[in-house]
Amino acid sequence: MALDQRTIQNLSWLARLKLPVEREGKILNDLQSILDWVEQLKEVNIEGVEPLISVTEGIAPMREDKVTEGDQQADLMANAPESVQGFYVVPKVVE
Amino acid sequence: MYTIKGKTTDWELVIGLEVHCEILSNAKVFSGASAVFGGEQNTHVSFIDAGFPGMLPKVNEKCIEQCVKTGLGLNARINKYSRFDRKNYFYADLPQGYQISQLYHPIVGEGFIEVTTSEGTRKIGVERLHLEQDAGKSIHDMSPTKTFIDLNRAGVGLMEIVSKPDMHSPEEAGEYLRQLRAIVRALGTCDGNMDEGSMRCDVNVSVRPVGETGFRTRTETKNVNSVRFVMHAIEVEANRQVEIYENGGTIKQETRLYDSDNGETRPMRGKENANDYRYFPDPDLLPVVLTDEYIENIRKNLPELPEAKKARYISELGLTPYDASVLTADREIAAYFETAAKGQDAKKVANWVMGDLFAYLNKECLPIAKSPVSAENLGALVGLIGNNTISGKIAKDVFQFMIETGKDPATIVEEKGLKQNTDTGAIEKIVDEVMAANPEQVAEIKAGKDKLKGWLVGQIMKASHGKANPALANQILNKKLGG
Amino acid sequence: MTNLTDLTIGEATQKLANKEISSVELTKVHLVEMENARVLNAFITETPERALADAEKSDARRAKGETLGALDGIPIANKDLYCTKGIRTTAASKILSKFIPPYESTVSQKLIDAGTVMLGKVNTDQFAMGGSTMTSYFGTTKNPWNLDLVPGGSSGGSAAAVAAGLCMAATGSDTGGSIRQPASFCGITGIKPTYGRCSRYGIVAFASSLDQAGPMARSVADCALMLGVMAGYDEKDSTVANVPVPDFTKVLTGDIRGKKIGIPKEYRLDGLNQDVQATWDKGIQLLKDAGAEIVEVSLPHTKYALPVYYIVACAEASSNLSRYDGVRYTTRVEGKNLDELYENSRTDGFGDEVVRRILLGTFVLSAGFYDAYYTRAQRVRRLIYNDFMEVFKVVDALLVPAAPTPALSEAEMKTMKPIDIYAGDVFTTPASLAGVPSLSLPVGLSQNGLPIGLQVIGKHFDENTVFQVADVLEKAANFNQKPHHVKG
Repeated sequence: MALDQRTIQNLSWLARLKLPVEREGKILNDLQSILDWVEQLKEVNIEGVEPLISVTEGIAPMREDKVTEGDQQADLMANAPESVQGFYVVPKVVE
Repeated sequence: MYTIKGKTTDWELVIGLEVHCEILSNAKVFSGASAVFGGEQNTHVSFIDAGFPGMLPKVNEKCIEQCVKTGLGLNARINKYSRFDRKNYFYADLPQGYQISQLYHPIVGEGFIEVTTSEGTRKIGVERLHLEQDAGKSIHDMSPTKTFIDLNRAGVGLMEIVSKPDMHSPEEAGEYLRQLRAIVRALGTCDGNMDEGSMRCDVNVSVRPVGETGFRTRTETKNVNSVRFVMHAIEVEANRQVEIYENGGTIKQETRLYDSDNGETRPMRGKENANDYRYFPDPDLLPVVLTDEYIENIRKNLPELPEAKKARYISELGLTPYDASVLTADREIAAYFETAAKGQDAKKVANWVMGDLFAYLNKECLPIAKSPVSAENLGALVGLIGNNTISGKIAKDVFQFMIETGKDPATIVEEKGLKQNTDTGAIEKIVDEVMAANPEQVAEIKAGKDKLKGWLVGQIMKASHGKANPALANQILNKKLGG
Repeated sequence: MTNLTDLTIGEATQKLANKEISSVELTKVHLVEMENARVLNAFITETPERALADAEKSDARRAKGETLGALDGIPIANKDLYCTKGIRTTAASKILSKFIPPYESTVSQKLIDAGTVMLGKVNTDQFAMGGSTMTSYFGTTKNPWNLDLVPGGSSGGSAAAVAAGLCMAATGSDTGGSIRQPASFCGITGIKPTYGRCSRYGIVAFASSLDQAGPMARSVADCALMLGVMAGYDEKDSTVANVPVPDFTKVLTGDIRGKKIGIPKEYRLDGLNQDVQATWDKGIQLLKDAGAEIVEVSLPHTKYALPVYYIVACAEASSNLSRYDGVRYTTRVEGKNLDELYENSRTDGFGDEVVRRILLGTFVLSAGFYDAYYTRAQRVRRLIYNDFMEVFKVVDALLVPAAPTPALSEAEMKTMKPIDIYAGDVFTTPASLAGVPSLSLPVGLSQNGLPIGLQVIGKHFDENTVFQVADVLEKAANFNQKPHHVKG
């Protein structure tokens, strides 16, 4: 898989990162060499092999349907870069 | 069949709905914060919901149960193995930067909803139901330059119910949505309030010339928040597409917004369409595995669903399919009706509920829960007619008094002296008097002008101040006319 | 009198019990040492007041005869990935450089409940991404054996602090070797327990299916003590195992006669560093001398562990790090609109290596590449897992090197390409992908006098055998050299 500048820009957009143009070239080279390196996985016969998502066997433990937390507006806002009256605040979002 | 007439050909519609239902539960789907609607901003928010570092989700068992219940109510296959995936995108009210959802292994598979329209009854396919998290709320109107974010709804359990592209008219889509709402309400899994946003609908629409089989490009219209708007959005979107095709254009697969003020759909911002959600299995959560026993236990305890209730009303209570549909569309109406009909003539009770009661409630914009006439009292009123204590006509007056006073009908009949006269001698006397006062009409009836008989009975009832038993009066009159 | 900063936890606990020393004294000497060793840059945040308060409480308990166990009064440090209530937690990043958690991680809470004294938060690679601490926003930690060298990573601050006697033990976390490799570079002991042994709640996530908390200390016994406290079920983490935690110190019998120790042939890399090879051979001989049976085994998919690891870890990381968006608790760089605010805050807040891994992870999950990269990697991961399950039908534990080289210099690493740096994880990633426990302990020195560690890898939830074998190896190797910085 050969990466190009546009792919890097699209990945950056998806990840909400804005690389300065001078860094794009280096990142592109780095990612390209990593992708070339992982190509070796194509040698492996994976026919009929199920993906391993988690080594934890078993099933999801569940919580009871009880309210145990959540009334902590001040704690939530304490680290916020911008908040007003218990709301988080961001630049206007236009739909 | 519903079609849109174009210049060149007739077009049919292909409609699929994606309905989001907020799950009724005490706590959110992956945290212990309250899932109850309302509350001051950001006071129903755990650090998990706000996506703080190192916070981990854990499934609320109630949300699983609600999904299974709903799945059973949709006649659907319950998947004993399901798991969660992350849908990655950035949005102001999505704190984790991803939504936990179920793409690859949803908890509920295929099912159907029976929908009755003017064209008959059809099964509309349900593709799947999956469990996911709701997002928070962005508030745009508190500042000219800022958006305010409240995460109280972030992380509330959401069932996304995806239909098959099985519907072909706005009416059918509207009925599907009504029926779905009736089902989740009957099950108590979602309150179905579209105006509060606890039930939301995205509409997929495409059109094709009648007779064509494949699917053409569809558009998705987001967040249409009432049944009426859904029907209207389908209509305008389908017409928009037809017009484009008729003018030689093509339809772009895109997400659109319904604007109820202007009655149109318009495309959402371009970037929204360029998203790539990068779904992958959520490594913080293990699979949900259900046993047959668990599913059967829920099935056994399911409340009666609208469809079954309707069938029972028809077969056991002798209602017409139409009346049965109306009375079962809403859980509270059905409950009212059943209470009122207990020990009474169900058909007559149905007439009263759908006639006088609905007329009054509609006029006053009252829900049935706020009816001044209790179900027990309405049943008692029908009982008084049935055992000839009062006539149907007097009953209308009694009903009016019941609305005004909330009193039970027997008391009103007693207080107002409205009891029906069943004394044969007394009625005979009135019949004789009326016949004597109207000799010409009596003669005409005897000569075969049967129509006038009703008028004569009316005169008898009037003379008795409405209290004569009409059947008895009729019987006596007939005897005298015949004799 | 012995230097108090040279004691193992076991020795210190004895002295505390005998009232030879108080926790406050023990804490103070470590605080002094921390100050003297600032050149190491081991700590991101020092918490001396908190430490002394903790120590005073411990002494008060002890005076009343109410100790909280073997760790009561012992000064430790937490990797700055563990959220500590009221104490800044940065993940060594700019974006979290002002974050003060309103909660405590489950594991650090367990250590508090055991009466430990918290000296501060130690350095790590940014979001635990790296093997040198060079990616830290707060600068590289120096290796106490030679200040030109890196301490390894990501738990390099923990390793350097423990090796230099700035704390008696530290928490670390290990995703692909982040406890074991720095333990090897700094000549200390650390264990990555079985995935699911410790709760991940409150630890800043890197790759959720791989991250595990673990202790780093100056002896196998100390690690056993620490892990006994750190491990256990937690209702807040869906992936933590609900299994009993044994007293890991009970198995340190010194007797491993008849145990079968596997030596996987795939770890014998062509051109492996001679010092590492020699140390490995020495370890094998010492275990043989102790009565263990040495068995050559095969883990055929070993060579694929590195690429699988980087695909899986980066995919999960790309998603886990989306929450750092400039809105709720991170640093913010304003923008004209919300997307610009996201981009500006994240680009400013993340270092190069983090950006690289987020982009790689974004790529392998993106439309059109998901199956070819991510799903394929997970399927190969299953094969690697199966390899371990197979050999553990035959052997009780495996003995392999912890890292392909002794500690590298910062100058050298600066010239290396990412994939050459990633190759340093070659011996640690397989156990991570399989989720099996693995302990790294120092067994020898290189010709240049640098420590070299070996890993003892065990079966799922069989840390007992890992500790038992490692304890025997530790005693036989008698590794008692101290880093130059401490000697000086």
